[in-house]
Amino acid sequence: MLPIGALLAGFAVFSLFLLLQGKSPADFFALVFRAGFGTAFSWENTLSRAAPLLLAALCVALPARLGLVVIGGEGAIVLGGVGAGFAGVLLSGAPAGVALPVMLLAAMLIGALWIGAVGALRHYRGVNETIASLLLAYIAIALMNHLVEGPLRDPASLNKPSTAPLGEALRVGTIPGWDVHWGLAFGVVACVLAWILIDKTTWGFAARIAGGNVRAAQVQSLPVGKLILGFTALGGAFAGMAGFFEVAAVHGSANASLAGGYGYTGILIAFLARHNPLAIIPLAILLAGFEASSGLVQRRMDLPDATVLVLQGFVFMAILMSETLYGRFKVFAPERWRTG
Amino acid sequence: MSFLSPTRRGFLKGTASLAGATALPNLSYADSHSPLTVGFIYVGPKDDFGYNQAHAEGAAAVKAMEGVVVVEEENVAETIDVQKSMESMINFDEAKLLFPTSFGYFDPHVLEVAPNHPDVRFQHAAGLWTEGMPTNVGSYFGYIGMGQYLNGITAGHATTTKKIGFVAAKPIPQVLLNINSFLLGARQVDPEITCQVIFTGEWSMAVKEAEATNALADAGCDVITCHVDGPKVVMETAAGRDCFVCGYHANQAPLAPEKYLTGAEWNWAGVYTDMVQTVLDGGTIDNFVRGGLADGFIKMSPLGPAVSDAARAQFEATKAEIMAGGFSAIKGPLKDNAGNVIAAEGEGFAEDDIALESMDYLVEGVIGSTS
Repeated sequence: MLPIGALLAGFAVFSLFLLLQGKSPADFFALVFRAGFGTAFSWENTLSRAAPLLLAALCVALPARLGLVVIGGEGAIVLGGVGAGFAGVLLSGAPAGVALPVMLLAAMLIGALWIGAVGALRHYRGVNETIASLLLAYIAIALMNHLVEGPLRDPASLNKPSTAPLGEALRVGTIPGWDVHWGLAFGVVACVLAWILIDKTTWGFAARIAGGNVRAAQVQSLPVGKLILGFTALGGAFAGMAGFFEVAAVHGSANASLAGGYGYTGILIAFLARHNPLAIIPLAILLAGFEASSGLVQRRMDLPDATVLVLQGFVFMAILMSETLYGRFKVFAPERWRTG
Repeated sequence: MSFLSPTRRGFLKGTASLAGATALPNLSYADSHSPLTVGFIYVGPKDDFGYNQAHAEGAAAVKAMEGVVVVEEENVAETIDVQKSMESMINFDEAKLLFPTSFGYFDPHVLEVAPNHPDVRFQHAAGLWTEGMPTNVGSYFGYIGMGQYLNGITAGHATTTKKIGFVAAKPIPQVLLNINSFLLGARQVDPEITCQVIFTGEWSMAVKEAEATNALADAGCDVITCHVDGPKVVMETAAGRDCFVCGYHANQAPLAPEKYLTGAEWNWAGVYTDMVQTVLDGGTIDNFVRGGLADGFIKMSPLGPAVSDAARAQFEATKAEIMAGGFSAIKGPLKDNAGNVIAAEGEGFAEDDIALESMDYLVEGVIGSTS
């Protein structure tokens, strides 16, 4: 309930902000609804944008159950994309039934190694995982630029250096009847699987204990190190999967456009969802709907494109501040009034 | 900008419409009865003093035309975002003519969306339309390398150290042509001039652009130009280091009025109003359009106060030659900076030579490397 309250509080503060600009919050939210959720096209727009966000959010939420704040999923997305693109070039003659799974696995493996390395640095060297993952994301983007502009560049990609384009057979299509690619379905399934892992298995239980109190977990001789490596790698694998879909479903080759910022929006979604993988699904759709509406808001209300970012910022601040309210509602409990 | 200065009237207006929340807001342009909605999409901010501002100035000219409604979106990424922005303009605004202006929008995004909307015309800047691509897609661009050649002539006269500098985004053909043209223009004045180039690796990365500009100034370059999306940082930093500057994309004279020599600018206002007029008249725009100074696709900023009379005379004479057509900036005898022959004596590449669109070398006299 508290996240919903915080969401509404964020909306309320944002409405004040709009009023100060002389713009109507009612118009704004009506436009957001129409462009994000009001028509069939709006839903396709929103869900297409939600697909990578689901997976990016898992890259934050899974390590978070161990108490790790990993914010560098962007790095795993771009390198996963490069891995998928390069695998696709190597397998250009192979049947899609072989090539696509290999591309997907390549992307997930690279993502797992990249974020798993953050977990390893944390566990073996005591390096702060937040800083490490953020800095590694910059390294990943630089590495991607080097690869697509250098060794992996298709000589025919003149003004936009890219890997060679994937053949039509190696492109991931849309879900039948929808203009939304299969990344959405994979993202939803990934969220459900992650929820089962955390809530229904002993591994998830152990992770939650280690996240709650690492000393207690060690006293119980839980394998804290393996949990850290496993959960960070799994999160990275999901981010890598997002990179695979960006390449195979959207871009058709790996290039600098892979650094689209999904990894960073994923942080916001994971925190909004309080790192519950099931809650990620509706929240990723909500945030994607905001982004889908950004264009119409620019065009109809003459507000700058940053408006939706401001809204996201207010919501994020409200969520963070609401954390301090947990467990404090007792002050309103009747017995408190009696004894006080 | 009034963005952070709320007014009492604005606040009242906002609260009043909040009170009337039950009344549906006006969500369509239906009451304007416009026959043609034109959509412009930019990869960066419209006021970047550069690539995007040049296109936005073109959009502003279209906005002033009769019977046209212009819708715009800025900061649209070269991802599925731009596909959905185009479709949103088609779905919600009934746009019939779209100008997605960033190079990276073309393949795959424009090529992906266009076949689903055969009644909409997609005009893409800088793309290379070829036979077999959707026929409702067109690509257009201008020979702005000629503008950098003219920049180079003013730079050649202004430099005292015989070193000029270039801050470049990426070593791709369009950028390499600009670097080479800038140096070759300067060498028309003095063949001993060299041009140092620094690639930032990004189209828009203010910190690296400032570092590169300072590094060029430290290395003794006293005239600096650039090819990045927004030249603002380069212009201000270079002028702050007491270097002369040549502009690119749009007119940056207001940023460094004393130090600005001239600039190679896009003239999208003329190009866009022509294209929109063609559509209004029921005509068809060619799928592949290119043009230079003579065609009104590019223009030069007015010469600044630091340009000498000799420089002005050579600038005007060369400009007249270019306007006459068939001019080659890249001509023999010419080697690249690794010693390979690019053109023998008597050979040359005219501005409209398609071979220039796949340039992969830096000419002799440019200090720098493409990789």
